[in-house]
Amino acid sequence: MTTTTSWTDEKTEYIIGNLLRAGVTLSAIVVLAGGILYLVRYGHSPADYRVFRGEPTDLRHVSGIVRDAAALHSRGIIQLGLLLLIATPIARVAFAVFAFAAEGDRMYVAFSLIVLAILMFSLIGSA
Amino acid sequence: MNILEFTLFVFVGSLAAGFLGALTGLGGGVVLVPLLTLFFKVDIRYAIGASLVSVIATSSGAAAAYVKEGFSNIRIGMFLEIATTLGALLGAFLATKTPTSAIGIVFGLVLLYSAYLSKGSQPDLAREDSPDKLATRLRMNGVYPSLTGPRHYNVHGVPQGFGLMFGAGTLSGLLGIGSGAVKVLAMDQAMRIPFKVSTTTSNFMIGVTAAASAGVYLNRGYIDPGLAMPVMLGVLAGSVLGTRVLSRTKTSVLRWVFSGVIVVLGIEMLFKGITGKL
Repeated sequence: MTTTTSWTDEKTEYIIGNLLRAGVTLSAIVVLAGGILYLVRYGHSPADYRVFRGEPTDLRHVSGIVRDAAALHSRGIIQLGLLLLIATPIARVAFAVFAFAAEGDRMYVAFSLIVLAILMFSLIGSA
Repeated sequence: MNILEFTLFVFVGSLAAGFLGALTGLGGGVVLVPLLTLFFKVDIRYAIGASLVSVIATSSGAAAAYVKEGFSNIRIGMFLEIATTLGALLGAFLATKTPTSAIGIVFGLVLLYSAYLSKGSQPDLAREDSPDKLATRLRMNGVYPSLTGPRHYNVHGVPQGFGLMFGAGTLSGLLGIGSGAVKVLAMDQAMRIPFKVSTTTSNFMIGVTAAASAGVYLNRGYIDPGLAMPVMLGVLAGSVLGTRVLSRTKTSVLRWVFSGVIVVLGIEMLFKGITGKL
């Protein structure tokens, strides 16, 4: 794995490590904030997860989740945090596309783009 | 039980799962779904959704620490992620079509298999061999730090590894687990990648694989914020703690105990699945 350009795999791995850490930290903070609000508002309601009903449609899609969170609905804020968490590995693949391009490695740019397309399909196209 | 108590108990349970998972290297995800379904009577679909989210959190958190050690190989990871993410999509779609009792049976079998795998950790043999044509074309051969300085390694069995990774991705999407055991098996055994490189690269891949099925689960309404919140925060906190104490603890006894727990949970899941109680 010798590269002639100034961009190296080590540099990529270092940035990816920090990117992942930042994404997880940010999402945990958002989930915690939403969770505290949720417990304050609904803490004394009965808990029931025995029967599967599925989430309401606004908590299933990116746009609905953002709208709910902006309206300061506690469950919407938690869901936004979880969305940030799901977006973290996606961001790391997107960054890999850029990093492999900077190394001049076209084959791995293509591989990263395939993975990125699959991830985007899952999040947006599978509805 | 009200939501406050439920959240607290689930948080403590997830904390313990994340802690033991990190300490023993077996991962917390594999015990989460049985814990939620068997003890908290949560529907298995909600449990899988919550587990998947926590798998992304622990994988990304741990990968941040691993990449700095220089063992993980981002090329091997990225290439094999094509297989795992496709598998994860398939698994997530299968999950919406499969009866919950069948998912329970598959889960039980996977639990028993992971406990079986965990009893032996492979020593890192020096493998002197010629480079493989396909792996060389894919620029997968790499270098990792060892006590005697940087050591070069060659990668083999790319098609077999790719196939096994597709299977690992499918299991991950169907059951909401990281399936790190199958990933390590594919890299360590089929592709003959050094053990330390396999484990760190596998951990690196788990987050991306789980994200591929998490999108489908989210769109299908399987991810409940009220349940996922204590699970994700608990597992994350537990695994961070586990990694901190890891260097100062002897884990062999703990591995045995945790494997025992996994066996019991596996049998219970199998039984509940077969008798149609899930």
